[in-house]
Amino acid sequence: MPPLLFYLFALITLGFGFMVVTGRNPVTCALSLAASFVGLAALFLSLDAYFIGTVQILVYAGAVMVLFLFIIMLLDIKSEEGKKLNLPAIVSGVLLAVLLSLQIIAVVSGTDIAKKSAENTPLALAETAGKIGKAALPTITNDLKTGTLPDAKLIGFTLFDQYGFHLQVVGLLLLVGTIGVVVLSKRERSAP
Amino acid sequence: MNASILLLLPFFSALLILVGHRQLKGAAVLISVGSSIIAFLASIAFLGADDNEGTKMLLPFIDVAGFRAGIDVMSDKQSQGMMFIVTFIGMLVHLFSLGYMKDDEAKPRFFGSLSLFMFSMTGIVLAGNLFMMFIFWELVGLSSYLLIGHWYEKASAAEACKKAFLTNRIGDFGFMIGILLLFGLNNGDVAFDNLQDAFVQGGPLHDAAKMHPGLITAAALCIFMGAMGKSAQFPLHVWLPDAMEGPTPVSALIHAATMVAAGVYMMVRMSFIVTASPLAAEIIAGIGCFTALLAALMATQQNDIKRVLAYSTLSQLGYMVMAVGAVAMAAQHGEPVHGPDPGHAAMFHLYTHAFFKAMLFLGSGAVIYACHHEQDIWKMGGLRKHMPVTFWTFAIGTLALMGLPPLSGFWSKEAVLGTAYDSGCKPLFLAGALTAVLTSFYMMRLLIVAFFGKPRSDSAHHATEVPMIMLLPLAVLALFSIFSAFDILATPLQAMKPPHVEGHDTVLFASLAALIIGAGSAIYLYRGKDKDPVNIKLFANKFYFDEMYAVIVRICQDRLAWIVTALERVFVDGLVARLPTAIIARLGAATRMLQGGHLQGYTFLLGGGVIAVIYLVVFVLPHMGH
Amino acid sequence: MITLGHYLVVSGMLFALGLAGVIARRNIIIVYMCLEMMLSAANLALVGFSRFHLVNGLPDYTAQSLVFFTITVAAAEVAVGLAIIVALFRSKQSVDVESVTKLQG
Repeated sequence: MPPLLFYLFALITLGFGFMVVTGRNPVTCALSLAASFVGLAALFLSLDAYFIGTVQILVYAGAVMVLFLFIIMLLDIKSEEGKKLNLPAIVSGVLLAVLLSLQIIAVVSGTDIAKKSAENTPLALAETAGKIGKAALPTITNDLKTGTLPDAKLIGFTLFDQYGFHLQVVGLLLLVGTIGVVVLSKRERSAP
Repeated sequence: MNASILLLLPFFSALLILVGHRQLKGAAVLISVGSSIIAFLASIAFLGADDNEGTKMLLPFIDVAGFRAGIDVMSDKQSQGMMFIVTFIGMLVHLFSLGYMKDDEAKPRFFGSLSLFMFSMTGIVLAGNLFMMFIFWELVGLSSYLLIGHWYEKASAAEACKKAFLTNRIGDFGFMIGILLLFGLNNGDVAFDNLQDAFVQGGPLHDAAKMHPGLITAAALCIFMGAMGKSAQFPLHVWLPDAMEGPTPVSALIHAATMVAAGVYMMVRMSFIVTASPLAAEIIAGIGCFTALLAALMATQQNDIKRVLAYSTLSQLGYMVMAVGAVAMAAQHGEPVHGPDPGHAAMFHLYTHAFFKAMLFLGSGAVIYACHHEQDIWKMGGLRKHMPVTFWTFAIGTLALMGLPPLSGFWSKEAVLGTAYDSGCKPLFLAGALTAVLTSFYMMRLLIVAFFGKPRSDSAHHATEVPMIMLLPLAVLALFSIFSAFDILATPLQAMKPPHVEGHDTVLFASLAALIIGAGSAIYLYRGKDKDPVNIKLFANKFYFDEMYAVIVRICQDRLAWIVTALERVFVDGLVARLPTAIIARLGAATRMLQGGHLQGYTFLLGGGVIAVIYLVVFVLPHMGH
Repeated sequence: MITLGHYLVVSGMLFALGLAGVIARRNIIIVYMCLEMMLSAANLALVGFSRFHLVNGLPDYTAQSLVFFTITVAAAEVAVGLAIIVALFRSKQSVDVESVTKLQG
């Protein structure tokens, strides 16, 4: 991916992120967050994580943001324009953010692992074909031979091969979450 | 076991009544009276018990690292005789109270307290060590407090019981110090026989007496201070006259015959330690003699029938205490000890005095009852015809107290005066004789004013003889007042009668002269008079002791209280209480800010913590070699 | 040349932005959005590490599985969280975090 595109998408991600933090209108914030997530999805794609990028758009920018918007509309939340700003909170928030960023920059610039790039760590698709143990399924091998990265297939294989149990736990978690939402949202009859 | 009945019966009776008097109602009275009668029978059996049985442990109370103190039963002549007096008079007073307290609403409470007193008193009598004696000493004080304050609705009664309790506390404080001194000197053994052995046969106490005679004197005087409070010796005598606010049977039992004698009883038990210290003996004799004289002077000008008797009791107690000191002084001068078991003049006087003084009080109770609670003798008069039985018993008591031979009082008074004579201190003997003159004087005055002449008020005019239940104890006590000093009664009752010493003609003449002078002048002055011809304010107002104490208390105690208050404000309130409170409060307020309940505040702290951890782990620790 | 460092810095800044938002904003829904942003930032870091940690010449798919789980859990969390916000709004008629100070010491 050309550096220009990276900077563009990074700018989209961070810029819309900034708008989320500073926006006065919740709807603006929600839409900004969706845009920010689209940028993030593009960054995922640039990292050859096509499946995750897609899921990011589908789940986050799609489902989750719709949920947010739905709640904002449902509760009919007014924008905060009238309210005065909480200055100490803002100052401390900015201070922490700056400090944290500086620390991360310092850490990143001080390590060799951060020097890795797509150029010095290229993917070796064709060479790997047929050499990756149990994952050497024909469909994956064929994809690799043709030089495409079958990352959805590989993630699926990893999930079901190594993390089957965890997947079921997550499924259960979702079920519990659903039940929890129902319980929480249910209006109690005795409530005034 | 006999002795345990003596101790436990009144205890359970008191417990039962004081806990359940609402349910028991009338039965409470029966329980109390019944227990007192059984206790009396048990004490007769106790009289016959072996003298040399020594001390038996009834119940271990404290047993810590070599220190043992228990609920003991001490069985010797002294405790057996005293036990008879306590239970006998106790029983008679119980019976008398049946009549006297008939209309009282709080009868169960009264009898419960009476049982409590019987329990405490038997405890003192049976005590085999100072520790147990102290416990029961305090219990006696408590029951005395309860009984004086029986009519607590009356302000004067409430004041009097408070006064009695507080005054006794002063004495008890000294007593406690004395016990602790002996405890320390005798390696933690405070049993009476062991203490005595340690003295006589040379134990740690004997050595201590040689090395530090001052310590022994201090111990003796501190122990005496306990007796001073309980037996109302100068300067702690002020509570006893006020204690007459209690019901009259109580005055007879507690404030005449038994409890106030506990001090004397204890001093006789501890007489070996008084003998060991000449100075203590002199001080004790002096205080006793002074109290006797002072109280006798006060008694001559009292108009309340019970107060006359109260001051008379004070005076006689002074006599006994003087005898304790005088016997010790005589022993120090090397006067011969008579016989193997010499008896003790103080205990002997206690014994005879208990009978006639209890009788006098019960008699005065009968008079008061008959005169509808009139206590002023100048409003009585002529009762001789209305209440003949009471008159005769009262007269016998009076004569016994005056020391008319051959009534019991004569013998014991002579014994006391004899020891005073033997002590080699003439002023002691002279003061004793003067007290005897005064005693005859005020008792004769009381008898003449109250029982002779014309009735001086309506209530005296309409007085009638009291019921049988009240006359019976009077009659029995009158018999004892006459005969108790004779060997026929005194020997089986273990009266500790000192052998009658021949050749003390001076003593004999002095006591007879005192009797004649006192009684004669009283008859001369008061016969047929309607009001008091003699008027000495100083005596009537008890030498202004109460006022003096009030001033002393106001000056000393208020100053002291002021200083203590200031110290407490600064140290206890300020440094100990307020300062840490303030610090904690500030700290709390500071940390409370952390717990503001604000989500953002928590998040900020979380973020700050994360940054700090990153800083430490990434930037600091690697440079420190980790 | 875009290195792993670039991605990590973007991820860190996104995270810091989210943190600042959580601390500074009073609207609880926006606080929630900021939380989501912080989670996504973590995802970005994970995917970045996944890409540059080659196993047999392919990205490390264990990390991407973890991202998958994260997204799932985040989705569940959003659902429950929003339900809580709704319940809160019902009782307080407000979505201001300052109105929720029951835990005050």
